[in-house]
Amino acid sequence: MKIRMKFAKYGSIKFIGHLDMMRFFQKAIRRSGIDIRYSEGFSPHQIMSFAAPLGVGIESLGEYLDIEVNTLTSTAEMVSALNDTMVEGVQILDACILPDTVKNAMASVAAASYQIHLKEGDFPIPDFAEKLSDFYAQEQIPYTKETKKSILEMDLKQGIYNMQVKETQVLTDIMSAVAAVLITNPDEKRLSLPCIQMTVDASSSGNIKPTVVFEKFCEFAGCKIPSSRIQVTRLETYTNLAKEGEVRRLVPLLSMI
Amino acid sequence: MRKLALRDDILMHVEKPARYIGGEVNSVMKDKKQIDVRFAMCFPDVYEIGMSHLGIQILYSMFNSWDDVWCERVYSPWTDLDQIMRREKIALFGLESQDPIRDMDFLGITLQYEMCYTNILQILDLAQIPVLAKDRDASMPVVIGGGPCSYNPEPIADFFDLFYIGEGETQYRPLLDWYLENRKKGGSRLDFLKGAAKIPGIYVPQFYEEVYHEDGTVKERRKLYDQAPDTILKEIVMDVSHTHYPDKPVVPFIKVTQDRVVLEIQRGCIRGCRFCQAGQLYRPVRERDVDMLKTYAAKMLANTGHEEISLSSLSSSDYSQLNELLDFLIEDCDRKHINISLPSLRIDAFSLDVMSKVQDVKKSSLTFAPEAGSQRLRDVINKGLTEEVILKGAALAFEGGWTRVKLYFMLGLPTETAEDIRGIGELSNKIAATFFDTVPKEKRVNGRVQIVTSTSFFIPKPFTPFQWAPMCTKEEFLDKAHQTRQGIMEQLNQKSIKYNWHEADVSVLEGVFARGDRRVGQAILTAYTRGCMFDSWSESFHNDVWLESFADCGLDIGFYTTRERADDEIFPWDFIDCGVTRQFLLREWQKAQEGTTSPNCRNKCQGCGARRFGGGVCYEEGNEET
Repeated sequence: MKIRMKFAKYGSIKFIGHLDMMRFFQKAIRRSGIDIRYSEGFSPHQIMSFAAPLGVGIESLGEYLDIEVNTLTSTAEMVSALNDTMVEGVQILDACILPDTVKNAMASVAAASYQIHLKEGDFPIPDFAEKLSDFYAQEQIPYTKETKKSILEMDLKQGIYNMQVKETQVLTDIMSAVAAVLITNPDEKRLSLPCIQMTVDASSSGNIKPTVVFEKFCEFAGCKIPSSRIQVTRLETYTNLAKEGEVRRLVPLLSMI
Repeated sequence: MRKLALRDDILMHVEKPARYIGGEVNSVMKDKKQIDVRFAMCFPDVYEIGMSHLGIQILYSMFNSWDDVWCERVYSPWTDLDQIMRREKIALFGLESQDPIRDMDFLGITLQYEMCYTNILQILDLAQIPVLAKDRDASMPVVIGGGPCSYNPEPIADFFDLFYIGEGETQYRPLLDWYLENRKKGGSRLDFLKGAAKIPGIYVPQFYEEVYHEDGTVKERRKLYDQAPDTILKEIVMDVSHTHYPDKPVVPFIKVTQDRVVLEIQRGCIRGCRFCQAGQLYRPVRERDVDMLKTYAAKMLANTGHEEISLSSLSSSDYSQLNELLDFLIEDCDRKHINISLPSLRIDAFSLDVMSKVQDVKKSSLTFAPEAGSQRLRDVINKGLTEEVILKGAALAFEGGWTRVKLYFMLGLPTETAEDIRGIGELSNKIAATFFDTVPKEKRVNGRVQIVTSTSFFIPKPFTPFQWAPMCTKEEFLDKAHQTRQGIMEQLNQKSIKYNWHEADVSVLEGVFARGDRRVGQAILTAYTRGCMFDSWSESFHNDVWLESFADCGLDIGFYTTRERADDEIFPWDFIDCGVTRQFLLREWQKAQEGTTSPNCRNKCQGCGARRFGGGVCYEEGNEET
């Protein structure tokens, strides 16, 4: 039986890299007593797959992983057993049984939405919301992607599905289930400050880093904000339900079922 | 939510930020307001090494089981963070609270190997605590040393307020109670130290001074506080089945060296190898009850989620309930997909059978530690392993499908000759030949056998029969390594043998620290101020700086290493009583020079002195004192 789980990762846990998170979950599942399926062979491993790796330093309210289990009492019990063995900064938000026909989490990923806010204070950009909408209204957003092997000229605009300045009231609505999670430091009043939200391509072939988009925006707005001042939070991970040729139809990985 | 001591941009900048954030599964958080004593427990090396140490897990769990104490962990910040902390004047902090160590009551530092000595100074320095005990005022934590290197604490005596000699389970509660009592009375730091000196196992170095002969050897130890004890007897837990053991060890986020549940099955070793310090320090052998071990194995696996469990002891094959324990583990762990790791097992039919059940034979390798190349030299060091046993074990292993063998030897042992060194190559060759004799061509899985022969350089350690022995110079060591390689190259099966050896510089320095006196501390401080740190990491070891530092302090390295010591020389560590008597060690030193072996504790008691602790192997049935 396949199970999909949604979890949040925040606070100091944002410094734990993807591979270590996988190890963390392997151990957590053993602690929780979940009857996970193991692969065959001399060194069996747990059958587990993560949706989209999260970079070190990024928080998330929309992480996903799939596991296979032999037996299950209920997904609710499983979630609570796992949460009992979590650490501060990792929280299982939801889980459901996957139909066998559904592709695994990683193959399903089409897009992800992100929030970018400043760790302290407001964006030092006059007419912030207007600038951002001008930036997004551009026909093209050329970007030179340099990898170890090649230099690639690409258009970021193709992969940015949505981008806007949001007031925090809207934010808390979206994250109502875990709003408390966001208030890492109440003194910062970060909920009352504006932030940028964007939905971008997160598929294996066209993944776009939100920090790259932010850098291009800063360039456009003629200001310099060092990456150490911003906090990126992944809000949700989506799959695309549209068939070939249809208009994109993004839904969260859990609600696709 | 905890606030971290380091800013995000610092954590994003350094290698493996998870080393510094705490918050791991089973790490203990307490309410500061409910706490009387805050204890920082430090392993002075990088997180991945420190987190692999069982002793700290035991003490961490014991301290935190007390309601009035909060024990936190601290490890050496790696060189990248070290630079940032110095530049930005960030004080070293405990992983749990992220509060400065400086504000805590105690800083306990475990001393597992000599090459961590400069790291102690790094810890103190980054914590903004004066490195010399005499410079610390009442506001500073009491700095305590413990662990194997505290059996000769003199080279680092100036850096510590006190040392705890022996096993930690017994006297920490009385020590903390005295601390609280003294605080309540409004007593001074000195009052505390004076009272502490009267607690069994506690050594307060500032109450003593060393006086030297003209030739540099120790003339006497003078007491500066008349009520300080003359000798410090090590602390020991006699009933290891009814004492504190962690059932919820901390589970690191990042992969550490010992990324598994560790089950300490016994303390001590019956073997009495003459080079081995642990084999003398932890006498007598005390076994844990097998039912206790089963209970803890199950609890620790359930509470950590680790996928592997390892048995820990100096010689697991000597544990009398090994069969029962392994049967239990094999059944239990197989069901839960948990691996069992079995270090320090003698290779014989039984252990091979067990290993074939718990390991992938094709992937794992077998380890033999003959330590010396010839039977004569093995007799000198009292290593009761014969060539016959090794070859028989190897043949059985090859029949069982193993094709990889690791061999460990030491170079520079007392009385070693060129012939003994040739023996290393010859023994390696015979093992390779055994493979070709045992396994017919069509059954050779990988087609060949791989022998990895490694040598380390012998370093005489205090409280061993070899504490009198001269150590080789760097040049002699390297010549011996060269001879070993030559000897292997001459063998028929040399293509199947890979040879590894270490750098000699670090070994020489380790030799100085191991048998050093109080004057050596000055050179350690000098080398540290000139940038030495993480000396056990070859990339940060600077031999030239060390040589200069010794020279500038007027200290001769050869005095500590290559000098032959007279039978009646007073050693800097003689005031510590580890249970084993000097007479016994001297007897063993003489027997070594004659090439005579001594039977192990279970075969015939050698009257080492550990019987006075009143338990363990000394009182097993049929074991009478000689």
